[in-house]
Amino acid sequence: MKRSTLEIVIGLVVILALVVGALAFAGEAEWGGADGNAAGLIDETGYTPWYESTLWSPPSGEVESLIFALQAAFGAGISCLIFGYWAGQRKAARKD
Amino acid sequence: MEGYLPIEWCIFWAVISVPFILIGLWQMKKLIQKDRKVLPLMAVCGAFVFVLSALKIPSVTGSCSHPTGTGLSSAFFGPFVTSVLGTIVLLFQAILLAHGGLTTLGANVFSMAIFGPLVAWAVFLGLRKLKLGLGLSVGITAGVANLVTYSLTALQLALAFPVDGSILSAFVAFAGIFAVTQIPLAIIEGVICGLVAKFVVRVKPDILKTLGIIEDEEIAKIQGEAA
Repeated sequence: MKRSTLEIVIGLVVILALVVGALAFAGEAEWGGADGNAAGLIDETGYTPWYESTLWSPPSGEVESLIFALQAAFGAGISCLIFGYWAGQRKAARKD
Repeated sequence: MEGYLPIEWCIFWAVISVPFILIGLWQMKKLIQKDRKVLPLMAVCGAFVFVLSALKIPSVTGSCSHPTGTGLSSAFFGPFVTSVLGTIVLLFQAILLAHGGLTTLGANVFSMAIFGPLVAWAVFLGLRKLKLGLGLSVGITAGVANLVTYSLTALQLALAFPVDGSILSAFVAFAGIFAVTQIPLAIIEGVICGLVAKFVVRVKPDILKTLGIIEDEEIAKIQGEAA
């Protein structure tokens, strides 16, 4: 196997192992950031937030995931477009 | 976290962050004027922050957390440009997702888009001085950016909410929440960014050369690995 391919395979295995491991041990995994937990810790001290957002917030968990998915899709789309463009440029340059 | 950080701290972090973003905008303009070729790479780095900060992965602590994605642009463009890219993403999440929060924007920008990238960038320069390969250097840089970001968040919260008057014990409590979640994420982020960096060297080495990140010798070596 080429060294570059080997690196990619090892990388994917490491990522997969960590994600699967996390999923296996997670149990209840709420769609909230670790900062939400930190907010809980602050609540215990009896502090009340001084500002409640009156602006728009996602009406439901599904809509929230939708926007997160869009965010990821947007980023992935742009990077893959450029990566593909570069790969094509390189291939064309090699032909000359 | 909207409203959780006391207002004095919100203002404090926002004021510190502003100069970094201004320098970042100025650097961006200069880089693009000098050579438009860097623009696509800058877009990729920004897109990376978008993707990685949207990926919420469950953690052993029973909640989800996400990587920061700022490592790639810290390594390639340094902390100032990264602060601009990170701020765009944080604004998006704060406005559309009510995630992170607008009042806490300054604090979040400072931890995720400024301080994490700043330390990571220093680490990257150090590793490159030691002649460590580009892939590994970028990988470690990305992991460091992530861990430093969350350590600083813990410190910011501890400064605002000392436990029984002790900032240190508050820091330990907050850091405990973040640490378990972030270490696996930092590794994942490092692996992804390292692989992407090597891919860029293979398909578009001239941009990295323009940025002074890599020399011909290493480009030939990395490209040879794919042959």
